[in-house]
Amino acid sequence: MAIYGVALLAACYLVGLVIGDMLGVVVGVKANVGGVGFAMLFLILLSNHGIDHGWLDKKAQSGIAFWSAMYIPIVVAMSSIQNVVAALKGGPLAIGAGLVGVTVAFAFIPIIAKFSGDKKEEVA
Amino acid sequence: MDILAIISKVFIKNGLVFSFMLIGIITFITYKISAMTKGKVHGSAIAIFTGLVLAYIGGITTGGSKGIASIPLFAGVGMMGGGMFRDFAIVSTAFGADLREIKKCGMVGVVSLLLGILSSFIVGCIMAYFMGYPDVVSMVTIGAGVCTFVVGPVTGAALGASSDVIAISIAAGVVKSVAVMILTPFVKDFVGLDNPKSAMIFGGLMGTSSGTAAGLAAVDPKLVPYGAMTATFYTGIGCLLCPSILYLAVKTIMG
Repeated sequence: MAIYGVALLAACYLVGLVIGDMLGVVVGVKANVGGVGFAMLFLILLSNHGIDHGWLDKKAQSGIAFWSAMYIPIVVAMSSIQNVVAALKGGPLAIGAGLVGVTVAFAFIPIIAKFSGDKKEEVA
Repeated sequence: MDILAIISKVFIKNGLVFSFMLIGIITFITYKISAMTKGKVHGSAIAIFTGLVLAYIGGITTGGSKGIASIPLFAGVGMMGGGMFRDFAIVSTAFGADLREIKKCGMVGVVSLLLGILSSFIVGCIMAYFMGYPDVVSMVTIGAGVCTFVVGPVTGAALGASSDVIAISIAAGVVKSVAVMILTPFVKDFVGLDNPKSAMIFGGLMGTSSGTAAGLAAVDPKLVPYGAMTATFYTGIGCLLCPSILYLAVKTIMG
């Protein structure tokens, strides 16, 4: 049943956030430290285990897949409730940071490719 | 009988359901626009940009700080786009990741992912510092936003950043995503983007799933799955590192 997948997702989410909150207390920041990341890690491990061992059937998977498909629409909704008016004064920052970030990332491609030594085609 | 009053009453009472319909319509229109650009700019980027425009309209007309949700009729969008649904949906995207595929990416994937997150994060932090947001939480949130438009708000929410800083972080991520889509075909020769391995490195460095997919599709559709494979992990690792280790690192450096 689809609800089994949704429940598994919810369990990963809640456990991840609890761990994130606890970690926040441990390291002394008033924040959820990496809770979403932990939750994703649990979901990867458990859903892979479930599919391999057959306890997470197609119906249950569809419960998770639905939320996964809702991700971009929810991000659209999230964008539309931000304080954009206040952010516009930081507009040049957003554009500048985004563009410089991309430029730096592009520059790294040939560097990593070179060090990983995968240029067989060129030899031939 | 005031039909308009009845309709708006029903829509306000069922705000979340109304927002599903509304976001669906926005998505439909923006993906049609994307098709008109022959997919050069991915529909999701246009949709998110439209969301930011709506947020601006909502804020400017009401003076409120919650974007389009400042208008009572659209308050339901605030629930759909709020922290709970957002994080829940983000976690669910990890479902698509296959452990065997992760292993296939190997060291190159891990190195490019870490370098991609670190370089974007550092660029964002430094630029935030010099452009009027010198406090640690804002720097980290904007740095995370340069990673992707999801890592930014997740980090910002975790650290308690203000809404305008979170909006900047989203905008920075959207700029990056759009820039990747548009620039990739032009720089492909300079950076040697013509084989699966460099596509995997590309995905790990850029991280934006939509930008990577659209950018690689414009170069060579055969490369898309390789780039998408590494990009899948970027947001998750970013959400893990930015509000934790990287935040603490910046906090330590800044004193």
